[in-house]
Amino acid sequence: MAQIKRHDNRLGLWGWLGGGRWGIERYAYILHRLTGLGVLFYFLMHIVVTSLRAFGVYLWIEGGVFHQPVFRMGEFLVYAAFAYHAFNGIRLVLVELGFAVGAPIEPVYPYKTSLNVQRPLLIVMMILAAIFLAVGGYEAMGLAK
Amino acid sequence: MSETKYWTWHMAAGVVIFLLLGLHMLVMHLGGWTHLFAPFGGEAVSRDNSLFRDGKLFFTATYILLLGVALYHGLYGLRTILFELTLKPAAEKAVTFILLVGGLGLFGLGTWAAIVVHAAAAAARG
Amino acid sequence: MADDNKTVRDVKFHVTRYNPETDASPCVKTYTVPVREGMTVLDGLHYIKENLDASLAWRFSCRMGICGSCGMLLNGQPTLACNTQILHIAETQLTVGPLPNFEIIRDLVPDLMSMFEKHRALKPYIVRADEAEVNDPAGEFYQTPEQLEAYLQFTYCIKCGCCMAACPTLATDARYLGPMPLSAAQRYNQDTRDDGRPQRNQVTGSAHGAFRCHYAGECSRACPKGVDPAKAIQHLKRRLVLDYLRLARRKKACQKLHGPGQGQPPGNIPAAPPRTVTPSA
Repeated sequence: MAQIKRHDNRLGLWGWLGGGRWGIERYAYILHRLTGLGVLFYFLMHIVVTSLRAFGVYLWIEGGVFHQPVFRMGEFLVYAAFAYHAFNGIRLVLVELGFAVGAPIEPVYPYKTSLNVQRPLLIVMMILAAIFLAVGGYEAMGLAK
Repeated sequence: MSETKYWTWHMAAGVVIFLLLGLHMLVMHLGGWTHLFAPFGGEAVSRDNSLFRDGKLFFTATYILLLGVALYHGLYGLRTILFELTLKPAAEKAVTFILLVGGLGLFGLGTWAAIVVHAAAAAARG
Repeated sequence: MADDNKTVRDVKFHVTRYNPETDASPCVKTYTVPVREGMTVLDGLHYIKENLDASLAWRFSCRMGICGSCGMLLNGQPTLACNTQILHIAETQLTVGPLPNFEIIRDLVPDLMSMFEKHRALKPYIVRADEAEVNDPAGEFYQTPEQLEAYLQFTYCIKCGCCMAACPTLATDARYLGPMPLSAAQRYNQDTRDDGRPQRNQVTGSAHGAFRCHYAGECSRACPKGVDPAKAIQHLKRRLVLDYLRLARRKKACQKLHGPGQGQPPGNIPAAPPRTVTPSA
């Protein structure tokens, strides 16, 4: 190949966050990544904090450092992240093992893709996540007895 | 082909976490509705309720299982995200090694703590 | 009919320009194009070249959505310029850029070699266990319509690169194989005449293979031919997992025909009518 100067045209991290109008599945993918990282970050701290109970240190009970409202609010956010990540994850397990995407078909314009086939599953999972969130939020506000 | 192996276990771990962490959420964050495994009333995370669960073999075993499965699932997910940043092959090997060692270390810590408190709580019960 | 040639409105084309010999990085130049009903973006680019700026460079050939040359980024969406009517996607402003996730050679011309090298690495041809048969075929292979349907959709790929441009993983991971090579691999894996799946699995099952796809679905939305590469990749993953767990069903060997009369005709073909012309002796 002749040595012609090239300009690298990769979108980089902007490709993860921007770069055009997208379908709902791509936003679901972005949110899945963000919630996964959020839950992981909390989880790694959680292991260390709860392991301290072996030394008799309980940081999360009444009077402990992590019993403050700001941390309780953060815990609800982690719970919300888990709710979304779990239900979207079940959708991804089904889709990525080929169960919810449909079989190969003869493409006839206007094209219907696997995105159309799995859209009902996405909606059901989002509704379940919303219900989970609502129930948890109700409790987090101290309204459940 | 080893990536296929890692990914298959990642999916399987996800399903297991859905069930076990879902149960954990029902106990902890939805305890106001379910009152599961919190016989001392009040908050599910109170000292008495925590000690109650620590003393039960079912909880110690499922906590250790959940710890292992969740560490694998989470750290493989982190490895996936890092691998998509076009690292040099040497950096990819380093990332895998660090996550493996870190994961095993945290698993060891959590398992040790779970066993220690289980033994202590069981002994206290007499 | 007389109104067909009338200009509907002027549209400003914001075209990415880049000359590697004179420019340090790409810049955007604006051209005003009078747009008629039915004018495609490709027509607009020709207007610019003929009337406004003869130095504009881009790839095109068939102008009818079958060769895959004119893939570019139009108002943020990767699609074919010949397939896209200006008035359908733009009011008065249209941004025209080269396909992202490829190096730019010049102006709107991307370097697609990275895509083709990944495609080649996946052996995009029929691989048979009996090599002698490939080189010196003794008969033709028999394939039912159902067996054809299992991979036909993925044969419609025109290698335009729009799916590669749309993929979020390719935005940061230059080593990821991408939707086009992976759906080509699935097209051959599903072909009953092919025995190359174990070899292709070594590449598709690697660290930058099929498992770096996370079903964002942008490739299927961008594809101008309805190939649905997202679906192909999920089926590919399923096959990789089944092969790893050794649960893959043993494939029936493709039946070979040697000469006429050996196939099994379906039972519902009516008999031919009697001859009306006697062949000359």
